[in-house]
Amino acid sequence: MARTEKKKNVVLVGFGWTGAILGMELAQEGLEILALERGHDQNTVPDFQYPNMIDELKYGVRLGMMQKPRNGTLTIRRDQNETALPYRSLGTFLPGIGVGGAGTHWNGLNWRPMQSEYHLRSYTQEKFGNIIPDDMTIQDYPMSYAELEPHFDRFEYVAGISGQAGNINGKVVEGGNPFEAPRSRDYPMPPMHSTWDGKKFGDAARAMGYHPFPSPGGIASKDYVNEYNMQMGPCNHCGFCERFGCYNYSKSSPQTAIIDALKRKKNFEYRTNCDVLRVEKSADGKTATGVTYYDEKTGEEVFQPADIVILTAFSLHNVHLMLLSGIGKPYDPVTNEGVVGRNYSYQLTGGYTLFFKDENFNPFIGTGANGMCIDDFGMDNIDFAKEGFIGGAYWRSGQTNGQPIRSMSLPAGTPSWGAGWKKAVGEWYGHSMNIGAHGSLMSYRGNYLDLDPTYKDPRGRAMMRMTFNWQPNDLKMIQFMKSKMEPLVKSMNPDIAQDGFKKDGAMFDVRPYQTTHNTGGAVTGDDPKTSAINRYLQAWDQHNVFVMGASAFPQNTQYNPTGMVGGLAYWAAEHIRKDYLPNPRPLV
Amino acid sequence: MRDVPGLPSRRTFLKASAASAAIAGIAAVPAKAEQKPEPVALTEYKPDCLKPSEWAFVMAAVARLIPSEGEGPGAIETRVPVFIDMQLAGDYGRAADWYMQGPHDAAASPLRGWQTPLTPLEVYQQAIPVFDAWCKATHGKIFAELDGETQDKALTSLQKDEMKIKPELRDFFTILLANTKEGYFADPMYGGNHGMQAWTYIGFPGARGSYREWVLKHNVKYPLGPVSISGERA
Repeated sequence: MARTEKKKNVVLVGFGWTGAILGMELAQEGLEILALERGHDQNTVPDFQYPNMIDELKYGVRLGMMQKPRNGTLTIRRDQNETALPYRSLGTFLPGIGVGGAGTHWNGLNWRPMQSEYHLRSYTQEKFGNIIPDDMTIQDYPMSYAELEPHFDRFEYVAGISGQAGNINGKVVEGGNPFEAPRSRDYPMPPMHSTWDGKKFGDAARAMGYHPFPSPGGIASKDYVNEYNMQMGPCNHCGFCERFGCYNYSKSSPQTAIIDALKRKKNFEYRTNCDVLRVEKSADGKTATGVTYYDEKTGEEVFQPADIVILTAFSLHNVHLMLLSGIGKPYDPVTNEGVVGRNYSYQLTGGYTLFFKDENFNPFIGTGANGMCIDDFGMDNIDFAKEGFIGGAYWRSGQTNGQPIRSMSLPAGTPSWGAGWKKAVGEWYGHSMNIGAHGSLMSYRGNYLDLDPTYKDPRGRAMMRMTFNWQPNDLKMIQFMKSKMEPLVKSMNPDIAQDGFKKDGAMFDVRPYQTTHNTGGAVTGDDPKTSAINRYLQAWDQHNVFVMGASAFPQNTQYNPTGMVGGLAYWAAEHIRKDYLPNPRPLV
Repeated sequence: MRDVPGLPSRRTFLKASAASAAIAGIAAVPAKAEQKPEPVALTEYKPDCLKPSEWAFVMAAVARLIPSEGEGPGAIETRVPVFIDMQLAGDYGRAADWYMQGPHDAAASPLRGWQTPLTPLEVYQQAIPVFDAWCKATHGKIFAELDGETQDKALTSLQKDEMKIKPELRDFFTILLANTKEGYFADPMYGGNHGMQAWTYIGFPGARGSYREWVLKHNVKYPLGPVSISGERA
């Protein structure tokens, strides 16, 4: 049975960060807004309460806050010759589920990309010549950093980000990141204090002539009230950020920053356990008429008419819905034509573990955005032609948790079980620290998303298929980071040091957690032949469809993506409010 | 000493029984009162899902994976077998959250993740007899009846897949070891980490969750012992 609901002005597909942002911005225009969330409702109380939330087994290991593959997953293969297999149990990335989405269980690391990243293709060509490999499909963002700056600022002040500015309007500020793109004002909150590992790293980096600064993150360093009168309390460093909801109103999340205020608006409504199956198009295909969703509570399909459809789901789900709905032409890597699924990208990280047998790190004292960083090896600071790769990384040291099932660093060569293992966990727990390099990842002709020919989801829809593998350019980047990190590690004189950097030829492994920084697949651009959405994140072919999220990134930034996701959402919201609502049409 | 077929070794039995006495001693200290009543001894425990032969294997295997000898508690004193039984009887054992529809390619590269059609419980149920048969053929007895040194050799062979177990079961050792460590370090409400002994041993304060005043006490060991989610203190 199908039913049709009363028409809304705007339907939002997904109720995480971008759904909350667009919901609030457009509710302020007096529009009737509906957010559809396929997961459950959840809030700080009762769902994230102490002490039940800080349960490593339930949430850290069994992934209680994540999407259940049984209810929807995708297939993965490393190249076009392989048969894709379902991502049956979660490992390398962890899409969230429920109200707040991944914004509830992130670590909080919040960044703006470096200046070269907004126009990476032209920057690379102009500065270094014709060095971009043929199969590398990187491209420029169709908007500049200067255009986005007010929107980054807005997101940081709504979300509540702690940090130390390094460049305010071109003036370098002592103690911040001197390489950051100039910001119009300081962070809303001062930086968090670092634990011992970050302090040691920062001191060692400074001694080598680098420029350490405190990690910027959505973790409250003090009391904070945002523009909606939403309050954050100072973090108590409980060490349960990533994979957990915050019980302390200290981590930026859609709930903490926006949703409770949004719920008070009479023209806003949200429905949970409503899984959007497809965007419906008009007879001429030039607009969307609404969405069809599966209502789990009544077990029926529902048509929800709307004037505007905004995809505000996780990046992978946005792309999947576009492929299922015929929003944009699917990408074909053979002809290199089509746009939906094109330029899927991910994140490449590496790092060192340093053991100091006589030092106490108390690793359970942490936050998701703890510690000190350097950006001396960020993209703007690397000679791509000389080093032979395009990319960069920021480095960070700062413990996020000491949860013993998942975060037990032991020296290489330690037996994985038996008396030797037991002795080692007693000897080494709390006596090690990490330094990580968080690197960019370029986009390539061979890394893309399309529909799987074999596997179906529980609603009978084709699963999305991911074709992805590590590429030589990026592996060279991460090996470069290793070569630069090794002398710094030696200068710290650990008892033992060991590295975890991928080597040339490394194959994508879906088992160990890497990051949930899945980007691209519906990228923003100036050319409808190479982008799925225009500079206002509007679908090229259906002007009343907008697509938020990291699916818009032409290639992945060297930073954690949330800051860019928030900035792009506010940028799009402003143009929808000012330019689209008075005169709905293709904005480009 | 001879091991009794189908039961853990006498040493294991003694350790399992002694766990009660040790915790009873702690409970007698007034400042650490309100301990829960002692659970049934492992030797008397009635598994939720494991059959007697499977329980005997799990008891014997975890006693070698995290042995009782040396400093720190072993898997037996921390009641890891109970944890494994409870996990396998629940959502994890049933792969309740995982996508389990076919077609399956269990022989695919291990880098491609869980591809067997079997749930974790089914992997235990099918792999234990295969491994026991291999132990009998190679070492003369099923695993639980072997002496400790030979058990270690057999587990090493399993880890290295010297018996060429079929692809559907190839993750058996990996999940057995992972589940053992989970049971050692998880909150005690899941049946293992009895008395938070593993947390006390390594210095993890469990669910204290409040360290604001300690952030800048660099390189100074945190002084407090663990609390559990249900409010136990050790």
